Amino acid sequence: MNATTIDTPAANDDFKPWRAYVLEAKCEVLRALRTPAFAIPSLLFPPLFYLLFALLLNRGNSGASHYLFATYSIFGVMAPGLFGFGVSVAIERERGWLALKRVAPMPAGAYLAAKMLMAMAFALIIYAMLATMAATLGGVRLDAVQWLALGLIVMLGVLPFCALGLMIGSRVNASASPAIINFIYLPMAFLSGLWMPLTMLPKFIGDIAVAWPPYHLAQLALAATGGEYAGSPIVHAAYLAAFTVICFTIAKRWLARAN
Amino acid sequence: MNSDSSTVARLSKAGKRYAAVLALDGIDLDVRRGEVLALLGPNGAGKTTAISLLVGLQQPDSGNATLFDAAPQSLAARRRIGAMLQATSLPETLTVGELIELFRSYYARPRTVADIVALAGVGDLLGRLYAKLSGGQQRRAQFALALCGHAELLFLDEPTTGLDIDARETMWRAIRRLVGEGCAVVLTTHYLEEAEALADRVVVIAHGRVVAAGSVGEIRARVAQKRIRCVSALAGDAIASWPDVRSVTRDGDRIEIVTDAAEVVVRRLLGEDATLSELEVRRAGLAEAFVEITSEAQKEAA
Repeated sequence: MNATTIDTPAANDDFKPWRAYVLEAKCEVLRALRTPAFAIPSLLFPPLFYLLFALLLNRGNSGASHYLFATYSIFGVMAPGLFGFGVSVAIERERGWLALKRVAPMPAGAYLAAKMLMAMAFALIIYAMLATMAATLGGVRLDAVQWLALGLIVMLGVLPFCALGLMIGSRVNASASPAIINFIYLPMAFLSGLWMPLTMLPKFIGDIAVAWPPYHLAQLALAATGGEYAGSPIVHAAYLAAFTVICFTIAKRWLARAN
Repeated sequence: MNSDSSTVARLSKAGKRYAAVLALDGIDLDVRRGEVLALLGPNGAGKTTAISLLVGLQQPDSGNATLFDAAPQSLAARRRIGAMLQATSLPETLTVGELIELFRSYYARPRTVADIVALAGVGDLLGRLYAKLSGGQQRRAQFALALCGHAELLFLDEPTTGLDIDARETMWRAIRRLVGEGCAVVLTTHYLEEAEALADRVVVIAHGRVVAAGSVGEIRARVAQKRIRCVSALAGDAIASWPDVRSVTRDGDRIEIVTDAAEVVVRRLLGEDATLSELEVRRAGLAEAFVEITSEAQKEAA
């Protein structure tokens, strides 16, 4: 009987499944490429919004175009994490795929890292499109460090929305998740001043804006691009880090109970 | 029960409740190295819950579950099992080959692709998207994923549901080969002939409790009934009133009689109908035993 125990526990303990990380990421990329009807609209939605509401409606207003470029970059950050995690985790959980992977020795980190990298890639592609439009049509002038700093904020800024998406995906059912995410995504963008400055909105909206993650990320984006911003960047970053950890912890607990 | 190395998975006094429903009522279950254990029971009896506890998808409310003397959630234990769960659908945007490649990456020494293909019979499916497969082909792809590690214990929850006869034969052959290599199998199935063909041991669960356990022969022997089939002109109602006859069903000129005393009934049949033909007497199979055991359990619970 011992001849059959090919994988001895000792050999298993040393095993580092790096290949699983690569292949999980590859599968996410293939999924995006093979479902262009899902990927393309989600990539085009923020740039189109930016084109219509920021560039066309605010023509010739260079102060507005600078502010709106920073805040629309944050708007572009929100969807990849929220939808990438929220919808796909809900689907994979509901269809039993997640359960099967949890029974198999899948490294949980590989699953999360793959989706996180996809969300970052989507956010950076959206940022590149927004930046191109801002520099050409919007007359936005930033120096190289500012472009890069905003790119870095975009990349890391994906994380709180990944965590929030994961939390939603670990609880709601697959058919409801897109609607629920939209219900969070769009109002939150508006209430955080991503579409128009909070100073142009009723005062109470500005007062409660500190509650929303995109508000803090937008202040960081404005700070990085030399715009006017409120509060302290360290506090904004700390808020976002805490928000990410809390959502992730709740999601982990919900997922453990999900089956 | 002592914990010796021949036990690969165990539930001890495991209880699980979902809201108002008691799914498992303090169940004891041992899976021994290299054996095929069939878990049988009517829908809702607790089979799938028992498997969920053993593979670590759920935790028992009371009692405990162990896999290779470790917690079922532990990575070390999970690396030694393979599973085919119920109600699973794999990502539609990946091919069977890509899915196998992904699952193989979870193991230090995965089974070779050629071996997986041969066992699961998925050679013609490797390049095809999961979404494009028929139900039976999808089930084969799921079986292939269960084989990606060199599992010492396989959990197969209704593995052949939706398979045609050829595909079922292929899977039975694969299971026998794996068992020959020393792999233990926990099997649930609605096809009792499947349990009869594969299982060393059968455990019947009803209302979250074990109501019978033993070899296929032992379980069958719990039911003394035999089935008599013949073509006869005798009236079914009349035969039904004979002693020791449990039931009579007529289908055209064919009669099927269920009885505890086949010899007595056959003698009388031949005596009363000289033209009787196509006489056949069969011992009760696992199916009859199963119905009897679970209906007894039903009465007790009521």
